[in-house]
Amino acid sequence: MARIWMFDANINTDQIVPGRYAPYMLKEESALRQYPFIEARPDFAPNAQPGDLIVAGPNFGCGSSREYAPLALKMVGIGAIIAPLFARIFYRNALNLGIPLFEADLTGTLHDGQLVEFDAASGCLIAAGQTIQLPPPPAFVREVWAAGGIVPFYRQHGRFPGQGAAE
Amino acid sequence: MAQTLAEQILSHAAGHAATAGDNVVVAVDLAMMHDSISPSIINVLHNELGSNQVWDPDRIAVVVDHVAPAATVQNAEHQANLRAWVRRQRIRHFFDVGRGISHPVLVEEGLARPGMLIVGSDSHSTGYGAVGAFGTGMGSTDMALALATGHTWLRVPETVRILVRGSFRPGVSAKDLGLRVARTIGADGATYRSVEWHGLDALNIADRMTLATLSIEVGAKAGLIPPTGPGWDAHATPRNLQVPPWLRVEAGARYERTIDIDLADLGPQISVPHQVDRVVDLADLGRVAVDVVYIGTCTNGHHDHMAAAARILAGRRIAPGMRLLVVPTSSEALLQATNDGTLATLLAAGATIGTPGCGACIGRHMGVLAPGEFGPCTGSGNFRGRGGSREARLSRGSPEAAAATAIAGYIAHPADITA
Repeated sequence: MARIWMFDANINTDQIVPGRYAPYMLKEESALRQYPFIEARPDFAPNAQPGDLIVAGPNFGCGSSREYAPLALKMVGIGAIIAPLFARIFYRNALNLGIPLFEADLTGTLHDGQLVEFDAASGCLIAAGQTIQLPPPPAFVREVWAAGGIVPFYRQHGRFPGQGAAE
Repeated sequence: MAQTLAEQILSHAAGHAATAGDNVVVAVDLAMMHDSISPSIINVLHNELGSNQVWDPDRIAVVVDHVAPAATVQNAEHQANLRAWVRRQRIRHFFDVGRGISHPVLVEEGLARPGMLIVGSDSHSTGYGAVGAFGTGMGSTDMALALATGHTWLRVPETVRILVRGSFRPGVSAKDLGLRVARTIGADGATYRSVEWHGLDALNIADRMTLATLSIEVGAKAGLIPPTGPGWDAHATPRNLQVPPWLRVEAGARYERTIDIDLADLGPQISVPHQVDRVVDLADLGRVAVDVVYIGTCTNGHHDHMAAAARILAGRRIAPGMRLLVVPTSSEALLQATNDGTLATLLAAGATIGTPGCGACIGRHMGVLAPGEFGPCTGSGNFRGRGGSREARLSRGSPEAAAATAIAGYIAHPADITA
């Protein structure tokens, strides 16, 4: 079962990982695992388990371009992030890292701490006996997920996503 | 078919006609990376992509601005590694501690030019739109791919046009315009979009940078001011910058949305805690006491902005108990301020001057805030916790309002001071 971690609208990257906790400020990048939502929601990092889901309001990940924000969530093993709209740099960074993102508003449907079943490949979420089918992302996004992120994608295919052939 | 500025630049960079909604692979003209993200970029480049050499060392600019000078041994070590890497890669566009913030520095140096596609490891890379370039921020993995291949992939954005009429009222400036737009369309009002700012031919390069950097705060992928008019010429002529013939505002270009703003109706704006689109008329705020005023950042730390603040501070002192931190956006801005007396005016009024760079904007050094402190700043985003403690409060406003606030001790506008 996956636990739902519920967040508001306009969660910015300073709330996900404040600049003071960047890898640039740390001795070891692996320490970043302790810092997602370190100030905004201190119970998150110690308790979040691999496969847990973040459900948020619109404009999730706005603010800076720091990839260590989604990287910290990847280190936790977050199963997917579901929000009606993602800030574009965050969306791109999370996609590059292979974190599944779904554009849907479930803030009124689910509640914080709820346990659900979720399959990222199909986008199928089962909560309190009810099945919710999340809208599938575009094909080029699924291509990158399938490879495990943009670096493995590029190494496998020698091209960027959505293009017919290598340049 | 008529194209927006974003469509023109991305068509040129793709080598074929591209329209909003298309996914394109594009050649990068210039890639900017700064100290804070460089370790991650270099790691991905060498260790994950297996690339030992950047694609073109002359198309890469490296700037030490985010923690400059180093605040900790850890930063100092990262910066030493970065300098060694820059030498190994034979990158000549390297700007070390004290030269200033990446975006204004590349603009001052004439490295950022009209029609270019510029990617940067910083969200405020939209700032290159001040010179009519498509500048966009990226994370470390996208940057590493750009450094390895000289290319990136983008969806061509739709465009939101800001159509401005009239001229600024006294004491009102580009920052107020930018905040008014955030207030109108919201923090996600231009997400995945390009913003074009029309009707601002008179605007100088500093104020163009204000609007271009603020474009990310409404979610934009790029924010472009057409490189035309006397404000542009003043920047372009001494640097011998040419506007490519294919880059021009075209009648019939398709704008997803147009926001009309008459400057005659625009008064001083301020974004209050903790969101950049939580903007009110400064006059409606009431008397809000502040602890420290910060003038600086890539958005509003240019020479013209310091000079605007100095005109208000001239012959006055900041309020008792107040701190006024001024961090010039670049060494060039600091030198100009030194030569024309701006700096002396600021110091005489009680200001403290910091090393040109990002300063306290990212909440790491040079003036971070304690719990409970209220810190108005001329920067762009006032996200909770960005400037220091999560329990601190940040607001964003113009350099003119910052100067008036430092004198009054509470949020104020120049008219409150001179009245």
